Amino acid sequence: MSGTATDPRLAPSRQAPKRALRLSWTDPRFRSIVWQAVVVAVVVGIVGYFVGNARSNLEARHIATGFGFLDETSGIPIGETLIPYLPGTSTYLTALVEGVLNTLKVAVVGVVLATILGTLIGIGRLSPNWLLARITAVYVEVLRDIPVLLQLLFWYVLLQGLPAPRQSMRIGDAVFLSNRGIKVPLLIWQGAHSWALLGFVVAIVLSVLWVRHAHRRQDATGQSPPVLPVVLALLIGLPAIIWAALGAPLSFDMPQLHGFNFTGGGTITPEYGALLTGLVIYTSSYIAEIVRSGIQAVPHGQWEAAQALGLHRGKTLRLVVLPQALRVIIPPMTSQYLNLTKNSSLAVAIGYQDIVSIANTILNQTGQAIEGIAIIMAVYLTISLSISLFMNWYNAHIALVER
Amino acid sequence: MASQAVADSVQGAARERPPASVVGPVAWARRNLFNSIWSSLVTLVLGYFLLRWAWGLLNWGVLHAVWTVPVAANPLETAAPCRQAQGVGACWAVIGDKWRFILFGRYPYDLQWRPALCVLLFVGLYAVSASRRFWRKELLYIWIGTLTAIAVLMWGGVLGMQYVPQDEWGGLPITLILATFGLAFAFPLAVLVALGRRSTQLPAVKMLCVAYVELIRGVPLISLLFMASVMFPLFMPEGLNPDKLLRAQIAIILFAAAYLAEVVRGGLQALPKGQYEAADALGLSYWKKTRLVILPQALRLVIPPLVNTFIGFFKDTSLVLIIGILDLLTAGKNAMADPVWTGFSTEIYLVLAAIYFIFCYAMSHYSRGLERQFGRTRNR
Repeated sequence: MSGTATDPRLAPSRQAPKRALRLSWTDPRFRSIVWQAVVVAVVVGIVGYFVGNARSNLEARHIATGFGFLDETSGIPIGETLIPYLPGTSTYLTALVEGVLNTLKVAVVGVVLATILGTLIGIGRLSPNWLLARITAVYVEVLRDIPVLLQLLFWYVLLQGLPAPRQSMRIGDAVFLSNRGIKVPLLIWQGAHSWALLGFVVAIVLSVLWVRHAHRRQDATGQSPPVLPVVLALLIGLPAIIWAALGAPLSFDMPQLHGFNFTGGGTITPEYGALLTGLVIYTSSYIAEIVRSGIQAVPHGQWEAAQALGLHRGKTLRLVVLPQALRVIIPPMTSQYLNLTKNSSLAVAIGYQDIVSIANTILNQTGQAIEGIAIIMAVYLTISLSISLFMNWYNAHIALVER
Repeated sequence: MASQAVADSVQGAARERPPASVVGPVAWARRNLFNSIWSSLVTLVLGYFLLRWAWGLLNWGVLHAVWTVPVAANPLETAAPCRQAQGVGACWAVIGDKWRFILFGRYPYDLQWRPALCVLLFVGLYAVSASRRFWRKELLYIWIGTLTAIAVLMWGGVLGMQYVPQDEWGGLPITLILATFGLAFAFPLAVLVALGRRSTQLPAVKMLCVAYVELIRGVPLISLLFMASVMFPLFMPEGLNPDKLLRAQIAIILFAAAYLAEVVRGGLQALPKGQYEAADALGLSYWKKTRLVILPQALRLVIPPLVNTFIGFFKDTSLVLIIGILDLLTAGKNAMADPVWTGFSTEIYLVLAAIYFIFCYAMSHYSRGLERQFGRTRNR
């Protein structure tokens, strides 16, 4: 009769009535609390047992715990340094920072090179040219099925087996390949170069503004102003003009053979070279498969539809196929980047001084095993987390926007 | 009349061979190798390098290679014929001299039939596990039986076999033991962790599982192996110190379980929700539901990625080189360090790579075949 009567079926939330917790095995909530308490107690018990043992063992061996050792001076010689470091005067902390920088040096360069090489090989596998498709398929198949450590050791032996500096292989008078590594000329940095670099940054900003303007113009009038020529002219032209206006200084620090070794120039050490080569080649075989499956995941109809719209091949690839392929490619690519970074820890096997190698030397010298391994893990967790966060952000950025 | 003429000409054409530009090797090459200027260029450049490289390899590896060396009066000069050919031809004699050490390490020479038998048992175990006919409960007993037999063969000490302590084991059996025992113990742990991570009723357990998986997956395997070799002894009470191999095995199990757990979780998520609800509607308890309804379907879904993960572990066992366990790679590296044979590491590395490749390629080939089969059933 009365429309105001509350029908229970129309109530906004229809949930089972809350029941009080019963102290009985038949109550699921009680059961879950008991199970959780048991599991947590077991885990805490095991950890507590380990900690107790560790404490008494450390006392027996007279090892002080804590990170105080980081301020002590380190006697570890480090071959490749990016920040000032002197064995005998610098601290363990500086040595560790050096190690982290060396790890990042391999990881960042490795990720970029592996992506480029992997993409080329992945596209090669889809080539209509039979020979190219076969060769790239064999490349992927063989390199994926051999442990990366074996590959690293192999490249290291190969680089060490190069002739001595006096008989080194050379490309002109500039690049020398010997068992001391690869020697390359270094540009001597001058004021004009800094200005040109500044010009390059300005050119990037201008290019972004021009692209935006072109998009607005196209939205408003339907005409698309030239983008690529203008951007290229800006990016190359502006720094070049500044550099030329300042007298176009250009001089190199050339490597030169003096006695038994080289002086001057920049060096890629055999350790770094082997590590980078091994990691890039191994990871690129995985990336190639990811790129291939990503491109194949885009239905053929998408190509045809884009052609029907009158888009030429480049625009089809850039505007239609790649955005869809990237969605398939990015998540597995992230885990490959993480793998490459984690595999860079194999540097310790060929004597490249990354964070694992340096932390391992420190823990052998000081006996601070727990702290040393905690530092290694913390560094890798931080790097892994940063890569994951960045790639997740990028993935969200390109993800399909659904209603 | 006209149709008769057409039929005649068609019959006449059928008797002639189609032109070479349509079928046959020339047509194939034109279609697949020279169908545009760029394609032709790529073919020519690649073909040139491929032929040159293959010729060089043939010269080095076969034509100028040294296959055997005569016994020298001075054992240090055994490799003399190889040294003369160095740089021109490969020295396969080093393999002939060292293969027993590379494959079986320091295992007593006369007893090496035992690790050899173990390798065969492992291969047989993989073959049986790969066959879909054996995918049932009996497979579990086969695994337990084979692994026990392998342990007995390696250790000995019973049935009249001489006891061989663990630090004399080495080579390929160690690699297979680390990978297979690792999988056998990691897998049940992984299933539990995956179930825990999916649990809605037990938030504390779920948090522990998430922390475990993410922690292990965030750090390299080397750091875990270091942990096992230098930190684990600190955690044990005085006097109790498990040997190095066991510690490395535990590290590999913990590492593998975290990765396998994510694969299993993928299977659990891929299973339609209706399966869970149907099992609940039947009134099955959690464990019955999991054992009878969920896992049989979820695990079947993830067999191809499980095989791929296993290939990864098989390769990763080589990392025990860094903590000095004598697996296949370490044995090969030690063989190179023999002063008689210094300088012939390339040959040994190539052989090691070939052994790893055979195992991994067989597994990945199998996994791809399985994926195709599964895809066919799903797309039917």
